[in-house]
Order: sequence, then C-alpha cells, then structure tokens
Amino acid sequence: MSLRTLDQVKASGELRTSSRLEKIFRMGHLAVTSECGPPRGSDPKAVTEKALLIKDHVDAINITDNQTSVTRMCSLASCIHLKQMGCEPVLQMVTRDRNRIALQSDILGAASFDINNMLCLTGDHQSFGDCKQGQNVHDLDSMQLIQTLRHMRDEGKFLGGDDIKRPPDLFVGAAANPFADPFEIRVPRLAKKVACGAEFIQTQCIYNLDKFEEWMRRVRERGLHEKVFIMAGMTPMKSAGMAKYMKNRVPGMDVPDEVIARLSGVAKDKQPQEGIDICVEAIQRLKEVEGVSGFHIMAIEWEEKVPEIVERAGLYPRPQV
Amino acid sequence: MIIAEKKPIGEIIQEVKGYKRLLILGCNECVTVCEAGGRKEVGTLASALRIYFMKEGVEKQIDERTLERQCDHEYLEEIRDIADQYDAILSLACGVGVQFTAEKYHTTPLIPGVNTCFLGANEQRGVWTERCQACGSCILARTGGICPISRCAKRVMNGPCGGSSKGKCEINKELDCAWQLIIDRLRDLGRLDDYEIVAPIKEWSTERSGGPRKVVRADVQVSA
Repeated sequence: MSLRTLDQVKASGELRTSSRLEKIFRMGHLAVTSECGPPRGSDPKAVTEKALLIKDHVDAINITDNQTSVTRMCSLASCIHLKQMGCEPVLQMVTRDRNRIALQSDILGAASFDINNMLCLTGDHQSFGDCKQGQNVHDLDSMQLIQTLRHMRDEGKFLGGDDIKRPPDLFVGAAANPFADPFEIRVPRLAKKVACGAEFIQTQCIYNLDKFEEWMRRVRERGLHEKVFIMAGMTPMKSAGMAKYMKNRVPGMDVPDEVIARLSGVAKDKQPQEGIDICVEAIQRLKEVEGVSGFHIMAIEWEEKVPEIVERAGLYPRPQV
Repeated sequence: MIIAEKKPIGEIIQEVKGYKRLLILGCNECVTVCEAGGRKEVGTLASALRIYFMKEGVEKQIDERTLERQCDHEYLEEIRDIADQYDAILSLACGVGVQFTAEKYHTTPLIPGVNTCFLGANEQRGVWTERCQACGSCILARTGGICPISRCAKRVMNGPCGGSSKGKCEINKELDCAWQLIIDRLRDLGRLDDYEIVAPIKEWSTERSGGPRKVVRADVQVSA
C-alpha cells in the first residue's frame, strides 16, 4: 500500500475510531506494537517503567490480561496508567474471567479513559496459573466478544438492547495462530474473526517463516489481507534453552530445529544476541510479505531490547501522528 | 447416564462415626452401571465398615438395601416401614437420589457415599467420560453431534482456541480437543463449510446459571 498523509486518511472517511494505531495502518505504514505484562502487585511503576523503555519505538503498547491465568494487576488499570503517561494502550481482554455484564462494563470503563484499542481473546485455561481451583466463565468466546465490541461501538447498544450513552470508541483486534492445529482451518478461522468484525490481528510469535508465509498466501487467496490489518508476532529468543522450552512445552508454538541449532551453535553468553539477530532477520524478511501490516514484538521481561530490534529492522523512527 | 465415583472410605468413616444404626442404601440404575453404588458396592462398603468399626471396638449396626431407583417416590416408599430404625442413611445413589431420599425421610440424616461426577457414556469397561452438561438448549445438530460445551474445557462456541495441539486439549495431552473432533466430523459429513458459520452468543439461562430447572409435561400429569 502506498503511503498517505493523516489528512488524506481523515478525508477518506475510512477512520472508524480515534485510535492512533488505526491511523498508522490506514496511512500505509507498517505499524509496530509491543507488550508489557503488569506486575503481581499494585505498583504502577512496574508498568510505567517498562513503557518508558519502549514508548518511542512503538505505536501502541498491549497490556496482557492475567496471562497464563497468573493473577496480576488488571489490564484495564495498567492501560489507564499508560494513557496517563501519554502512551497508546491496547487493552487485552480474555473471556475466561468475566461474564457479558463485566465484559461490557470494562469496555465502557476503558472507553471512559479514551483507551482506543482492544484485543479480544479467549484466554489460557486457569489450570496453567495460580488459581487452578477457580471457575472459568467463558460466557462469550473471543469471536462473540469481537461481535459485542463492534455492536457496542457501531450500533451504540448494549447486548441487552438498550442504548449506550457515549458508545465506546475502540479499534477492534483479535489474535490468530497460524501454527495451532488443525492447520487447514487456520485461515477459515481468521475469516470468521474478520466476519465477526475484527479490524486488526496480532499473531502468535513466528519462528517458522515458511509456514507463516504459506498461511499468508492462503490469507491473500481469500482477500482477507484487504479486510483486516495483520501484525506478525515476534519474540526474540534469549537462549537455546528457551527455544527448546517453547518448542516442546508451549501449545501452538512452532519452533523449527534450525532455529534451535543456530542458538545452540553459539556460546551461552552470545545466545541472547543471536536470538535478537534471528528476530531482526525475520522482521526484515516478513516486511516483504504482501498483507503483513506490521509487527507485534513480544519481548517479555526483555523490553529493553525492543528499541534495538525496531531500529535494526528499519522501523525507526515511528511516524508522528 | 449419571456417572458417579465412590467416595474415599476415610471420608465416609468420618461422616458415619457418630451414628450407631446405619442403613447403606444402594440404587439399581446409573450407579449400578458405573459400578459405584449398586448392590455389589453396598455389600463391599458394608463389609469394609463393619471390619473397620470392629477393629476400633465400636459397636455398629450396618444394614444393606438396594432400591430400584432413589429418584422416584414409589421406590423410596419401600423403606417407609424401616427408615425410623436407623440413625442415618448412607446413600450410594447419585446426588439426585440422596436428596430425594432426604426429602422423603427428612428427620433421618442422609450421607452421600459417592461423588456424582457428570453425565456420560461408557467408553469401555471401567472407563466413563463426560458428554453432556445439560445446558437445556441442545446445539448438537450444528456441531456434527459433538458438544463443545461439555467436551471443550473452555466451552468455546467457535473453536478451536489457540491451544489445540495435535488434536489434543492444552490442559491435558490425553484429552481430545472437542473442536478437532467437530472439524473432523464436519469434514467426514462433507460439511466443512459450516465451520465458518458463527455460533451466536449462548442463551445460558436454561443452564445452571438461570436457577434450578423444572420440566413439566402437562399432558401426562394426573389431575388431583
């Protein structure tokens, strides 16, 4: 897509929200996002300090929602802290912990602070986390949450049918995993999320570039790349050990043996840099793939490396919007 | 069928300790089929308890009886004449039977002897697996006859989630991913295109959350 100015985008009438991320996508830039995990406590500095490390190198920052079912400060509060320091948050919301009342309620809460982006997710099962004995909710699933958010924003109505005063102004995102099973429905699944109203997608982190490119080929075959902005997920490996762990112990993760071999082939203290190099090279390759609209860099507990990755991948400076 | 599992004997002993005259009441239906609370299990449990209390030097009268069902008035009436001879009834029926018996004999303490687990089927001798969550609003026609509510750990209506791996669920490598099963079946039925139909938000008020449920067939009711 060729680049447009912000004024051209505004004049086109295509903007649906006040989201900075949406503007960057529609201007034709490759967008860059990253993520912060909130603390297992109530100190907001744990979020704001991480955000300070990355804020000039990304267009928006995701805040995870009790990821892996480990209880943390909620995504909404963390997003408010980000908003108050001038960053653009992406609220992640899982359906595991909230019924439809709470989901709609938290959406309004986010909108009241002018948080403009939300990622609609199912959530890892609670047996992975620190409250294995708890209930899960799943009143809605992620597809239905996407529909709900679009309905609240575009029709201005609650699920129950009543009008919403000041409907939420949120750009709607969803996740996609090109590497989960079964592969044959991964593109139909993306099509379903688009049909439900997803406007941007962040994928699971990519190591198998061939498989991802095959997924993108099928995505393009169906024209889905023109209906949704797809961000390729990237996580730099810190070590060969981490690569092996992700290959064997994390569901829906595809780590080719060549990646492990490459990391194992260097001395332990050189592996982190090798992992960053692999990440940068992957971004450089995927920048050329038609239909990739940006990169979602997940450097969990390694946020300080995001600037180097963004700069070496040729994605710095970020557009001023 | 309702599937139940025997409670650990230690737990049962704790509950019955204080009662001198005990009736162990079995049921000839579901709990017999899943070998948790039928005549055979009543006998085994009675022997085990007798031996235990004998060793402890505690005198107890432990009797055995198995009814056709404990969820029907007419069978529960069969113990009307003997119920007050006992200080407590240890019922090996499912949770329904325990409660119905308690309602009928409301001055007799009722102790459950099994844990009622789920609605399920007999995969093979000794193995039962869950199939139905009694949501009250069956969608099996749309999911190739496989239920995502009872067989998906997250009951996603538009699955699979991102944790499905090699046809198995993220929470347990031995657990089939319900959505993999649904997709396989839709494919075998030549209906894989149905996969893209978005399942609407579920009406959960017919399931547990809507409150205790009731079914009435006015046409078969007997007028007073």
